[in-house]
Amino acid sequence: MKVGVVVFPGSNCDRDMYHVLTDVFNLDAQYYWHETSLPKNIDAVILPGGFSYGDRLRAGVIAAHSPIIKDVQKMAEKGIPILGVCNGFQILVESGLLPGVLLKNESLNFMCEWTNLIVENNKTPFTNQFKLHEKIPIPIANGEGRYYVDNDTLKKLKRKNQIVFRYSQVVNGSSHRIAGVCNEDGNVVGMMPHPERAVESEINPFDNNPSSLIFESLLVKMGVKN
Amino acid sequence: MAIFTVHVIIENKPGISDPEGDTILNDLVLKGTHKTVSNIKTAKMLKFTIKEKDKKTAKSKVQEICDELRIYNPMVSKVTIDIFDS
Repeated sequence: MKVGVVVFPGSNCDRDMYHVLTDVFNLDAQYYWHETSLPKNIDAVILPGGFSYGDRLRAGVIAAHSPIIKDVQKMAEKGIPILGVCNGFQILVESGLLPGVLLKNESLNFMCEWTNLIVENNKTPFTNQFKLHEKIPIPIANGEGRYYVDNDTLKKLKRKNQIVFRYSQVVNGSSHRIAGVCNEDGNVVGMMPHPERAVESEINPFDNNPSSLIFESLLVKMGVKN
Repeated sequence: MAIFTVHVIIENKPGISDPEGDTILNDLVLKGTHKTVSNIKTAKMLKFTIKEKDKKTAKSKVQEICDELRIYNPMVSKVTIDIFDS
């Protein structure tokens, strides 16, 4: 199984993601620079966190115009699992692959802390190993992490089961405490917290198993694991 | 062809909170003696220099750029475009 990790100028969680994919889950991962194309035989794509283009203009908006995004869009249409973490989520939103927008946190602070997520949709390629409403201790690290949608879009997200993760309590002023969403088909998932920073017991003071299930879900989806 | 300066002001739509503007109002301006101020909104301004045949064309070109490249996010922001002779 081949997983692509897309690298933009300013990505800084790409190596953490690559380490987790290869060293923890024994996957065949490869970096793809944003000016290149993705091979046709790729099985999953991950857009890691960071500060692409220094968050200039608006987090994720410049990277959303990168050549590789056209390939990511094609793969999204084909149903290939795509995960955007933090800045990756912002890029997916700005490229129109996911609904909503990420605004500055209500506090205006860069927030770097542990939070708890609640799984609201356990049908996606990244959440199929969770029980519904299972709790995930996981860190956030962002300045523009406040997910916003208008009321009509929020109703639609609820109706179509596109809310994947919610914070267990108010963290940054996000609409409906949303921390992660998916597209209508469920194969494109974006989340602000960092699962790649939480899957190893050495760096997770709470419980590393729930975050691991995000990657285990992908393995199950791809038939690598039952 | 002439050169024009185009100011693009990007601000939140009404109803989208602006915590920075609120902080400047509540924690700076209203803490002083300036009690007549009731609202402050922050915005971002981009200044374009553009060569086009006339003002109207220059303005519509900048509007097109803003829409096409998502210089502003239409879900939460609006733009005001002002044009000046350079």
